[in-house]
Amino acid sequence: MSEIILRDVSKTYDNGYQAIHQIDLTVREGEFMVVVGPSGCGKSTLLRMVAGLETVSDGEISIGGEVVNDFTPGERDLAMVFQNYALYPHMTVEKNIAYSLRLRKLSGQEIQRRVTEAAEILSLTDYLKQRPGRLSGGQRQRVAMGRAIVREPKAFLMDEPLSNLDAKLRVQMRSEILQIQRRVGVATLYVTHDQVEAMTMGDRVTVLRAGVLQQVDTAQTLYDRPHNVFVASFVGSPSMNLLYATLNGDGTRLQVGSQSLAVSAETFVRRPTLRAYVGREVIVGIRPEDLTLEGAGETLVGRIGHIEALGSELIVHFGLDARNYVVEDKGGSAEEVEELLEETALTQHVRNVARVAPRSSVTTGDAVPFHVSMERAHFFDLSTGESIW
Amino acid sequence: MATLTTQLPQRRRRRVWTESRVGLTMLIPGIGLIVIFMLIPFFYSIWLSLHVEIVGSNIPIRSVGLLFYRHLFSDPIFRGVFLKSLENNGIFALVVVPIQTGLAMFLAILVNRQGAFVKFCRTTFFLPVVFPMVLTSLIWKAILAPGPAGMLNAVLRIITFGHFSPQYWLGNVHLALPSIILLSVWQGTGFQMVIFLAGLQGIPPSHYEAALIDGANRWQLFRDVTLPGLRNTTIFVVMVTTIFSLQLFDQVYLLTQGGPLNATSSVMYLAVSQAYVANNVGQGAAISVVLCFIILLLSLIQRQVLRERVD
Repeated sequence: MSEIILRDVSKTYDNGYQAIHQIDLTVREGEFMVVVGPSGCGKSTLLRMVAGLETVSDGEISIGGEVVNDFTPGERDLAMVFQNYALYPHMTVEKNIAYSLRLRKLSGQEIQRRVTEAAEILSLTDYLKQRPGRLSGGQRQRVAMGRAIVREPKAFLMDEPLSNLDAKLRVQMRSEILQIQRRVGVATLYVTHDQVEAMTMGDRVTVLRAGVLQQVDTAQTLYDRPHNVFVASFVGSPSMNLLYATLNGDGTRLQVGSQSLAVSAETFVRRPTLRAYVGREVIVGIRPEDLTLEGAGETLVGRIGHIEALGSELIVHFGLDARNYVVEDKGGSAEEVEELLEETALTQHVRNVARVAPRSSVTTGDAVPFHVSMERAHFFDLSTGESIW
Repeated sequence: MATLTTQLPQRRRRRVWTESRVGLTMLIPGIGLIVIFMLIPFFYSIWLSLHVEIVGSNIPIRSVGLLFYRHLFSDPIFRGVFLKSLENNGIFALVVVPIQTGLAMFLAILVNRQGAFVKFCRTTFFLPVVFPMVLTSLIWKAILAPGPAGMLNAVLRIITFGHFSPQYWLGNVHLALPSIILLSVWQGTGFQMVIFLAGLQGIPPSHYEAALIDGANRWQLFRDVTLPGLRNTTIFVVMVTTIFSLQLFDQVYLLTQGGPLNATSSVMYLAVSQAYVANNVGQGAAISVVLCFIILLLSLIQRQVLRERVD
């Protein structure tokens, strides 16, 4: 058992492309650390650098107090679970699990003991003599886990291990993986693009964007106090509504398109820095659940585009005459995303989302006042995207 | 409602019929080629092997039963040539199949990476496959030419500082078959290499990575990931090479005509020379029918032996 420490780690490929920018990160002993970000943000590269499958261009990676930059993957004493499981197709489940132990020349008795134990934990006992080809996705996933835990490694590395499973199984395996990790108590670095997975599994979550570390925090902190507009929009589903808005001259109202919302003095107490933005344009962020149909206080009137009934709640998509702020993803620049969205007439003005109580009486096409919980609104600097606190 | 339920299956049936008709139509060219160039000649040669036909004469064709087959195993002179040819084919296959398969796998692993030099090597190794056997044989005839002027003799003489005495490669009973084997391997390896390359590219990189993390060294990676990953490719290559080996003809025909003293005669060569040189069509046909069944039998055995562990 030991911790993983990344100090100022960078990765630049031979063609000059820098995938990882000076990342500092510590995965504590026994901690479940999730690295999340959109595809291409470098999260897998980061994991593979820790595994030793990619070289480190700059900085230092240490595992259990030992700098491992020059260690081969085998010397690092880690276990890794791959997205496609990477089970050896010609070996039985038993041999797959025992492979690393056999390479380590453990005694047959010890191998037998560990494999049996792992198989029991993962309920694979009945499948030990079968080949991976005959197993279901969930069972293969378990074999991959088994291969990881028999090693009794210094740390677990997992590269999107659940993305090949169907939705229901994914939820089930999520808790299974967590249980196993708690039981083994080994530092775990878990990579995913799925923010729900990240939020539900991680003791702490690292948000990565274009190879740059955005924030490392618990799921709740990421949700409540995102450092910047990217984290705010990436965490949470449906994601936060982001709108261009202007604080008026005396700071009492926030102009959002043609409508305006009252800003209480308390807001400035909670966010002292906001005072500096009086009279300026900002980005205001409102979570879908902070928009309600019933209640008191300030409202924004929006026209309902379409409604998704989820049973437990309604997801109401609505349009405002205010401009939406689009977060630049790795896939393209903000302008490209903007253009893409404008091509579809439907989405042009229907980019805001509210989560309201089920069976609310709302109809597509209606103009409806949404009550805004202003005390829970977020504010971001327009030029830097940083949160205003 | 009632009409709907009765109509539906009918419509489906009609669609199935249309689809299968389209499928059958598309099969016609393929099946046609197989019938014209494989099945008809095969049954015709069985018929030929049971009859005597003196080509170019007006003597009527006459049925002789299994006479030509009996010849193969009982005619005192002919039996010797036939068995010698069978033996040559056997030796050829036993030497060529493992060497060619192993060498092809080795070369494939060697060139299975990026880079300009690797690309050059890949092309070079594949080049002999592109040359027609006639051309290859002519080149090798020059290489293997007798006397001190022969290329191979000259080179061997130089690198042994004159200690090597020139050999008559294709004229020596002990050297002729090995010479043919050498040039055959040189010519054939590139093709199998390409098949192995395709097989190598089918092994997911994550399998290697998983094994690396498990602590495998180079040899263990090869033994536990590469080799099992190439299993089906290897089975294919071994079977195809075996069949090619048993059909050995071009090299023999062009370089040695089966000589010296039948040292390089192959079953295929014997069949052709019987039919076209000795003007003994029925005998040639009988030999090719026997060869056909030998190949069929060997393929079936190989399949049985190698199949058991395929998932």
